[in-house]
Amino acid sequence: MAGLDARDTRFLLIVVALTLFTPILLQPFPESSSLAQFNAGYPDLMQRFAIFGIFAIGFNILFGLTGYLSFGHAAFLGVGSYATVWMFKLLSYNVLPGLILAVITSGLFALLIGYISLRRSGIYFSILTLAFAQMSFNLAYSVLTPITNGETGLQVYTDDPQYLLAEGGLTTTHIFGLAMNKSLVAPVGGWEFTFNVGYYFCAVIAIAAFYLSLRIFRSPFGMMLRAVKSNQQRMSYTGLNTRPYTLAAFVISGMYAGLAGGLMASMDPLAGAERMQWTASGEVVLMTILGGAGTLMGPVLGAGFIKYFENIFSKINDNVLHGWFAFLPDGLEDLLVTIVHPFVGKGWHLTLGLLFMLVVIFLPGGLVEVGQRLRRLFTRRGGTPDAADPRHAPKSAPHVAE
Amino acid sequence: MDAILLQILNGLDKGSAYALIALGLTLIFGTLGVVNFAHGALFMLGAFCAVTLQRILTFSFETVDDSRTDFLGNPLKVETPYVEAWFGPQTGGAIIDWSVPLAILFAIPVMISIGFAMERGLIRHFYKRPHADQILVTFGLAIVLQEIVKYFFGANPIPTPAPESFRGALDFGILLGFDPNVIIYPYWRLVYFLFAMTIIGGVFAFLRYTTFGMVVRAGMADRETVGLLGIDIDRRFTVMFGIAAAVAGLAGVMYTPINAPNYHMGMDFLVLSFVVVVVGGMGSLPGAVLAGFLLGILESFASMNEVKAILPGIDQIIIYLVAIIILLTRPRGLMGRRGVMEE
Repeated sequence: MAGLDARDTRFLLIVVALTLFTPILLQPFPESSSLAQFNAGYPDLMQRFAIFGIFAIGFNILFGLTGYLSFGHAAFLGVGSYATVWMFKLLSYNVLPGLILAVITSGLFALLIGYISLRRSGIYFSILTLAFAQMSFNLAYSVLTPITNGETGLQVYTDDPQYLLAEGGLTTTHIFGLAMNKSLVAPVGGWEFTFNVGYYFCAVIAIAAFYLSLRIFRSPFGMMLRAVKSNQQRMSYTGLNTRPYTLAAFVISGMYAGLAGGLMASMDPLAGAERMQWTASGEVVLMTILGGAGTLMGPVLGAGFIKYFENIFSKINDNVLHGWFAFLPDGLEDLLVTIVHPFVGKGWHLTLGLLFMLVVIFLPGGLVEVGQRLRRLFTRRGGTPDAADPRHAPKSAPHVAE
Repeated sequence: MDAILLQILNGLDKGSAYALIALGLTLIFGTLGVVNFAHGALFMLGAFCAVTLQRILTFSFETVDDSRTDFLGNPLKVETPYVEAWFGPQTGGAIIDWSVPLAILFAIPVMISIGFAMERGLIRHFYKRPHADQILVTFGLAIVLQEIVKYFFGANPIPTPAPESFRGALDFGILLGFDPNVIIYPYWRLVYFLFAMTIIGGVFAFLRYTTFGMVVRAGMADRETVGLLGIDIDRRFTVMFGIAAAVAGLAGVMYTPINAPNYHMGMDFLVLSFVVVVVGGMGSLPGAVLAGFLLGILESFASMNEVKAILPGIDQIIIYLVAIIILLTRPRGLMGRRGVMEE
């Protein structure tokens, strides 16, 4: 179906099903239970899953396939956000023109930066992209204030022209009249499911983005990018100019980032320079590596994982901890709470940093590798002859190139 | 003329910090071949060594002074640092006042042991892994170190003043025959610059004139051959990692009076220091120092109002701009050796 073989079609269908049923799947605990705090089925968080999923999928096309580690991808996210908010300010709250402009501007921006940065590889490439992103960030804060509104952040004011806004038209973001913040809340038994327009809008785009990346992975173009990663020198010696391929990958991933930025602004019509800071670029690197760079599902998993735990962990405070360990004797309870305390709540970044280090050290394949190992363990136990024959299933390449 | 001189002086202290961090980064890269994204965190840890020592020295006990009362009429509670009780108010007060310079003594062993632990515990397992992996793992480590410091010291900057006698400013212009109050330069920045020069001189002398340094230089040039000669080069490189950590730490200690330390100061410096290293040339020690001072001074020139009037915002991006131009036109940097990480 749609240019995919049977296996990929099945894979895609599973992804589609998972995405569409997310509001139900992420709400496994009844509202009244004490575990309800682990539910993640509320619109804001689900939107972020989809948006950061798109961002990470795009980043993976560059990093996972070609091995070029960009530390400046947040710049494209920021550009996308600004472009979309400008469309809100000039036309109306319909998100479509904004998203189109976001993809176009970030694509052009990526073309410019990529054209220069890709003259170098390895660590120089990382530093060049980092330098460009920091430059954009600094400029957005200072000189470009007329465009970016500086520290306040770009937002829509009532005296903005909004030429296409009809009398009495919607004053929240919408797609052809369907407001993004509209939700259908369905109480079923003890459960409460929220079906939000904004989430489904992001989800449909995320599925399209995923499909596109699947096609890229399976295409001759994707093969070429993998070849760049495994041995660029050999590619050059065979008389092939790799620059157009890497540049194309860079621009595509920049456009994904711009799309994600545009969606962010579509959910909440704001854009600030801090979205371009290098810590934001670092975040998408974390997501991709944590999930498994170079795999299809990995970045999405990583993005979901980080966003979910960021949300859940930062909500856990000492009271919650005391509740958990209440069954223990008092002294032990206090001790455990003291030990766990630095890692939760505001300390979530500490946990994230540790987790990330552990993944880089022990599991270069990320969460996907964990899944694969578990499955291999399982199949071997089951006694079926597995496919891990070294001669027939070549070893997977290390996830990063020199 | 005086304006130019003033900007050069202003650029020196920031340039010193860049040069010191870049020197450490280059030492690590040149010896171990590791790209250390946690080096900024080492700078930050050094600064917090100074904060810790200050906290230790001002550790106080409380006594009730019956002869005086506070504004509610209760007997006044007086906090006396233990140091003052032991050494008398005069000496004790001086010790507290001099806590930042004293922190140098405190920071050297601490930073060297942190450097050892880092190298033995983590970095050595990454010699053979690709540069991207090294960047990623040290980036993770930087986040962890930063969060630990944040947990213990909070998110706000902690003021750590310089000793009383260095708090004023030197009227530098008079010495050169300008009018008074034209070129004023705070004493501590002068101290910082001289300190940086001493450290840089010390590291270079160590590498140049000691047998240990000679072996290390030989190892930088050809690690395998030095190993074949029966020298345990890994151990010496570990020592160099400790020294690089100490250099970054000392840069941090002395920087605290200039800017009150907070937990993300390392990251702020790290990005710039990497740019400095690249401009100077990966693996070139003199290049790192030169580029550090050069970029520090350039940055301070770019923040002159006259320059900003012509090119708005130039002060924000000058360093990155220079780095981009250098990388595109001369990839091995100002003083990089031919063939080292040039592609």
